[in-house]
Amino acid sequence: MQIEPRENISPWRVIVAPVAAIIVAFVLCAFLIAWTGEPIIESYGYLFKGAFGSRFALSETLNRATPLIFTGLAAAVAFRAKFWNIGAEGQLYFGALAATILGTGAITLPPVLMIPFLFIAGALAGGLALLGPVFLKTTLKVDEVVTTLLLNFVILLFVNYLLEGPLKDPMSLGWPQAASIVDEGVLPELMARTRLHIGFLVALAASILIWALMRYTIWGYEIRAVGANPNAARFSGISINRTVFLVAMLSGGLAGMAGITETAGTKGYLTLDLSPGFGYSGIAVAMLANLNPLGVVISAIFLAGIYVGADSMSRAVNIPTYIADVLVALSVLSVLVSLLFVQFRVRWR
Amino acid sequence: MDWIELFISAGFWAATLRIAAPLIFGTIGELICERAGVLNLGIEGIMTMGAMAGWMWVYEGGSLWGAVFFAAAVGGIFGLLHAILTVHLGLSQHVSGIGITLLASSLSYFLFRMFLPNSTTPPKIVPFQPLEIPYLSELPFLGEAFFSHTALTYLALAIIPIAIYLLYRTPIGLATRMAGENPVALEAQGINVLMIRTGAVVVGSAVMAIGGAYITISAFDAFFFGMINGRGWICIALVIFASWKPGRALFGALLFAGLDAFQVRAQQLAGGDIPYQFFLMLPYLLSIGAMIIISKRMQYPQALLVPFRRGDRI
Repeated sequence: MQIEPRENISPWRVIVAPVAAIIVAFVLCAFLIAWTGEPIIESYGYLFKGAFGSRFALSETLNRATPLIFTGLAAAVAFRAKFWNIGAEGQLYFGALAATILGTGAITLPPVLMIPFLFIAGALAGGLALLGPVFLKTTLKVDEVVTTLLLNFVILLFVNYLLEGPLKDPMSLGWPQAASIVDEGVLPELMARTRLHIGFLVALAASILIWALMRYTIWGYEIRAVGANPNAARFSGISINRTVFLVAMLSGGLAGMAGITETAGTKGYLTLDLSPGFGYSGIAVAMLANLNPLGVVISAIFLAGIYVGADSMSRAVNIPTYIADVLVALSVLSVLVSLLFVQFRVRWR
Repeated sequence: MDWIELFISAGFWAATLRIAAPLIFGTIGELICERAGVLNLGIEGIMTMGAMAGWMWVYEGGSLWGAVFFAAAVGGIFGLLHAILTVHLGLSQHVSGIGITLLASSLSYFLFRMFLPNSTTPPKIVPFQPLEIPYLSELPFLGEAFFSHTALTYLALAIIPIAIYLLYRTPIGLATRMAGENPVALEAQGINVLMIRTGAVVVGSAVMAIGGAYITISAFDAFFFGMINGRGWICIALVIFASWKPGRALFGALLFAGLDAFQVRAQQLAGGDIPYQFFLMLPYLLSIGAMIIISKRMQYPQALLVPFRRGDRI
């Protein structure tokens, strides 16, 4: 078996390959559903109806997609420069902490200022959470995969401590949760009587901004160059450390904003179960989108649909909700393989 | 209880060994993969799968040693998947590894729920029992601390000399190390680099899975969600701390486990003056600290993360 790079990459292959890969993932998962003894087509029907079948379902899916767009962008930007930030979960909680510390009464501004203020604070906090790993990476070459991953556990324990101690809402009747975000800071709803809030629009804007930054600016060029070939980038005069630092701040900042949409938007206050693994799912989002910032929006909505749909599917038929995670993981792996066939030709000899 | 008494209590040393055992399996497994040039970030998921598969085997009526082999086989299958993606197709080892972790852990939870749909309290099995070594286990202190463990704990200790022997004293070990240092030279010897790497990843993953199984069928008697709780990632840090040498991996795992055993006891000693969460952070912070200490004299396998394609020029 020989793998050779293709000389020209046809655009239809770029579109068809991931779609085909996701179909493969659904087919593989069908075997698991068949094993549970439930009807396959009907079960998938419940999944799609639960995700996109009604106004309410759609609003829930888009609401779930909002933090995933942010964490997906965080992973996409970082992975493009081959900076393996697996710590979006912790950075998300740092953003949420910033919202809680500043947004529960310490500072009150009119909503037009308060909401942008919270997003900026969240982004700064998210970047702050990555400061340690990026410093260790650039000065001592300490592997960022392990440091960012382990910091997730440290940060979650830290938040746990704060919620049982200094930040605990005395009105919460014993539940470890923080005080609510002040009314001025709450993200207004986008569709009446649903949980969908303007955080979704902010996420869309962020993805367009990141796309433009990566494509049209010198920073974006430098980030892509460092990821593609660090030696070539260094010889052409790009400072690798400076670029990695920039990438880390962008990535951490985006993940921190996901903490804002959840505390100031969906939930209204910080709890320890604020994120059901949005940071980790963001990695899957970025991979499904092949690290393209605009593709992140589509893959985040797709993933959110699977999660929301699987919830309602498991209520209708007897299939554990973990099927959603299996489906996502299989999609990630099969898209990874499919992208190989876009860039390379496999010759059997 | 006093701080010094803590270190001379046999219970502390016994706990250290018990905490170290799964880390030793995980670290040696990861080390075998990385020595052949393949980073295996699937470790967290493979350990979860091993924990679930081993436990389920016993729960369904299988023997304890059967469970160890079953967990190893399942781990090996995920290792094979990782090897196909990264070694044969040359895909990103980071991305594939994270994908394997997502798949293996979600699949273990899915299967667990499928077999036991309505269990709120996790059902229990009869795990490995302590094996009192004749005469030695009757020694004061030493007996309780080191010679009254389960058979799987002794296997964890035995796997280190086995790994050292295989890696440094056999032709296949030499080939494995060469695959991670200079695959082109290995190919020039007429040895198939892809096969060596595949073998190393499969064997390494099987060993990791035994580490996962240790937790559910030796250290504990039930499986529940989030059980591995970052142990796989800690093993990756320990491989770096060990500078990719099995002997130092033992030292690292014991040091780490000692600190973990210490923090549980120190929590009781501190008696609430310091919030317990800060003690729970210590193992993770220590792993990061260990990587910082070692960073100056890190000697990683030269071909780690570099895919090998026959006929490519370097």
